[in-house]
Amino acid sequence: MSAISIRTRRILKNRAFLALCLFSTSATILILALLIASIMVQGSYFLFNSDALSAVFAHGELSQLTKIIRWEFLTNFASRFPEKAGIYAAVIGSLWVCAICALLALPLGIGTAIYLEEFAPKNRWTALVDFNIRNLAGVPSIVYGILGLTAFTRMFGLFGSDKNSALSFGPDNAWWHIQLPFGQGLLAGGLTLMLVVLPIVIISSREALRAVPSSLRQASLAIGATPWQTASKITLPAAIPSILTGAILAMSRAMGEAAPLLVIGIPVFIANTPDNLNDNFTVLPFQIFNWAGRPQESFHQLAASAIVVLLIALICFNGVAVYLRQKLRKPLA
Amino acid sequence: MPDTQPNLAKPATASAPTTTTTSPVSEHITLRVKDFNAWYGAYQALHNITLNIPSQRVTSLIGPSGCGKSTFLRWINRMNDLVANARAQGVMQLDKDDVLDRAFDVVELRRRVGMVFQKPNPFPKSIYENIAFGPRLHKRFHRSDLDALVEQSLRAAAIWDEVKDRLHNSALGLSGGQQQRLCIARAIAVGPEVLLMDEPCSALDPRSTASVEALIRELRQTFTIVVVTHNMQQAARVSDLTAFFFEGKLIEAGPTDGMFTNPKNKQTEDYVTGRFG
Repeated sequence: MSAISIRTRRILKNRAFLALCLFSTSATILILALLIASIMVQGSYFLFNSDALSAVFAHGELSQLTKIIRWEFLTNFASRFPEKAGIYAAVIGSLWVCAICALLALPLGIGTAIYLEEFAPKNRWTALVDFNIRNLAGVPSIVYGILGLTAFTRMFGLFGSDKNSALSFGPDNAWWHIQLPFGQGLLAGGLTLMLVVLPIVIISSREALRAVPSSLRQASLAIGATPWQTASKITLPAAIPSILTGAILAMSRAMGEAAPLLVIGIPVFIANTPDNLNDNFTVLPFQIFNWAGRPQESFHQLAASAIVVLLIALICFNGVAVYLRQKLRKPLA
Repeated sequence: MPDTQPNLAKPATASAPTTTTTSPVSEHITLRVKDFNAWYGAYQALHNITLNIPSQRVTSLIGPSGCGKSTFLRWINRMNDLVANARAQGVMQLDKDDVLDRAFDVVELRRRVGMVFQKPNPFPKSIYENIAFGPRLHKRFHRSDLDALVEQSLRAAAIWDEVKDRLHNSALGLSGGQQQRLCIARAIAVGPEVLLMDEPCSALDPRSTASVEALIRELRQTFTIVVVTHNMQQAARVSDLTAFFFEGKLIEAGPTDGMFTNPKNKQTEDYVTGRFG
């Protein structure tokens, strides 16, 4: 075997590996493109006004530009009639429940990360806690649904199972009217999603804190700062961009969750937006699930339209996360 | 004002500094260390160190890598508390206060004993905020008092003229030598008694090294300074007292001139003449 053929073989192997990588990348992008294209095609019937579309693109009448999108789809409630159906209740419910989830999960998660990273001693017990949190991040979200059902919706049966025997706080028409057990209300949904999202927030915040160079912590401690002063004035501000990115990504995950809310039993059909924290609600992924499960083809098209809206929302979330990460990133050392 | 033109033409021999005007040993001892031992887990890093650090002088700790001089330095301000399995035993007294006592306020200790690290580590904040951070931790200030303190610290670190027009720019925009002088200014802003320096010039170019060394000689009038260095010529240029460490033991300590011209111990002589290290 001459030296030249060994060299040729090496070059060929290099090219073959490059070709393989290129093929994988293209295949991934192709699959994604096909997926998006098919969803767009299926959903276009209920998302766009065909007459307005043809008016603008075929005849060039720009006055019809705002009428291209069927705004009724976004402002109507769900209905038995596909032409009248919309995702208003689902969008409002999603926003509400993600807000509650964020308000609960972010302080708790970031605080836990600060404690575990800056204050907790490094011994077997904290290693066990760390291991458990990492496992919890990988648990299928439907399991959290069962936990939410027992702990929040039914509250272990402590307050009885009859709706009439529930304890209630606050006047009936206030937004903060709460009933124990939480039932299928916003609070129960928000708390269940908080369970799903908490391990992710803890892990990403810990990684963000770990990325801050220890030389900064040492410099701070060496001039007489307490560990809390160091964590709050030096480490946390330096880690905020990464923590923020992780938080936004966790929230975009929460927005796409249907399974845990399915288990706690949110209603299939809802015709109003929630009035208080205990009111019934629905979320966009769940509405999609409902419509996709119906036999009629037009409901499948509705589901596809709703998927398009959900995808746009998720892209915006992720886009904001990437933009913030770029904008706020600055050198630390 | 420190020299901005370092005299690099002069050969860097291990000779005593020619401009010592004060006696190398002062009457007052700031740090008393007796029979001090330190371990990392099962490994004993320091064996029975007995050393007195005099006040308002520069003491340098020299020795080959791994001899324990940095470990010793980090125990003086209890930075080794951050290391999980580090422990120490013995007597270490800072002006009658027992440094090793668990009940002794470590935060107050670190205010009294400042530290400058090998690699300059300014906070990712403005120059002003870097200096103001320390004093603000310990007491409340009026804006004008804080401005005065920042200016005073930057002047004392010989960097005021270079940064006075850009106090609110990021500290990370400074050069390496400037950043190190900023770290020294940050350390002196809290008003310590002792300054610990762990190889402060090893990451700097010769010109910056010269300005930092001149600064150290200047600061001696106000602070007690302990410098760890693996550069013997630097120890000779900068310090009044030298302590030679080897394999965790203190071999010899004494006035710098004597150490380099007439060492009492054979190992010391071998090290300073470069036979090993």
